[in-house]
Amino acid sequence: MTDKLIIAGREYDSRLIIGTGKYKSYAQNAEAAEAAGAEMVTVALRRVNLSNPDEDRLQDHVSPETYTYLPNTAGCFTADEAVRTLRLAREAGGWDLVKLEVLSDQKTLYPDMEETLSAAKALIADGFQVMVYCSDDPVYAKKLEEAGCCAIMPLGSLIGSGLGIQNPLNIRLIVENARVPVIVDAGVGTASDAAMAMELGCDGVLMNTAIAEAKDPVRMAKAMKHAVIAGREAYLAGRMGRKRYADPSSPLAGLI
Amino acid sequence: MQVFVNGDPLELKDGARVSDLVAQLTDDPRGIAIELNREIVPKSKHGETSLTEGDRLEVVQFVGGG
Repeated sequence: MTDKLIIAGREYDSRLIIGTGKYKSYAQNAEAAEAAGAEMVTVALRRVNLSNPDEDRLQDHVSPETYTYLPNTAGCFTADEAVRTLRLAREAGGWDLVKLEVLSDQKTLYPDMEETLSAAKALIADGFQVMVYCSDDPVYAKKLEEAGCCAIMPLGSLIGSGLGIQNPLNIRLIVENARVPVIVDAGVGTASDAAMAMELGCDGVLMNTAIAEAKDPVRMAKAMKHAVIAGREAYLAGRMGRKRYADPSSPLAGLI
Repeated sequence: MQVFVNGDPLELKDGARVSDLVAQLTDDPRGIAIELNREIVPKSKHGETSLTEGDRLEVVQFVGGG
């Protein structure tokens, strides 16, 4: 396969990145990651539970040897918090590839772009490779790319909403302007949303809730794998033109 | 002496180092990061970093997230 996703110099065959939150168990999470064919997973950083420090650990099920861990900054509402979190993540794992997200409020979890840009600059100056969750604003997307982010990850719709891609025009504008991978992050609800993101020319899709909260998460993970592949293939194949009227598929000549 | 780990008070023997705290918390320190008074203590320095009364530590690890 020659159609690789290249992020910060690393090559991936899979264009589907999955989260590791909200699953019934880490075991189910591991099964879903395998069904999705994912090679990269997002992870969060939290305090060790001191009353039970040896409780079930993510890394024992979804191994960082098998999957690229992409530490996130979920729950951070300022640039300072996000930078602090990712420095700890780098110490915990030893990786400098990270997912930056700086959120504005609990109700929408909408990205605060001013804080996001400021955090991105600080992290890049500190040697991080930053994949950045952002609004679908083409202007900010460009600023983040110019600041040195290695992937631009606009929302399709709000985190965990499952409302799909609400502004395909903006996603397309971001794709056309970007020279780094564009990955739709957040909002995907079902397989057609993932296919749509890929048909718009995105380089990948990142999702968590669409798989974790499906009635059968492992089966949905498989569906998403197919959707991302189908959408990518359709984009590369180039869709037919849209016409207002019918155009028969069978020849008119030779009709009896 | 008393230090604060993840916001909660914890008694440690006088002169304890970061490595003593880690050993007390877990047998498997892979994937853990430690901050002492808001400065990261790299794993290579756990054995030589002494703790003092009232120190504030954060002990974190990777968990599932989106």
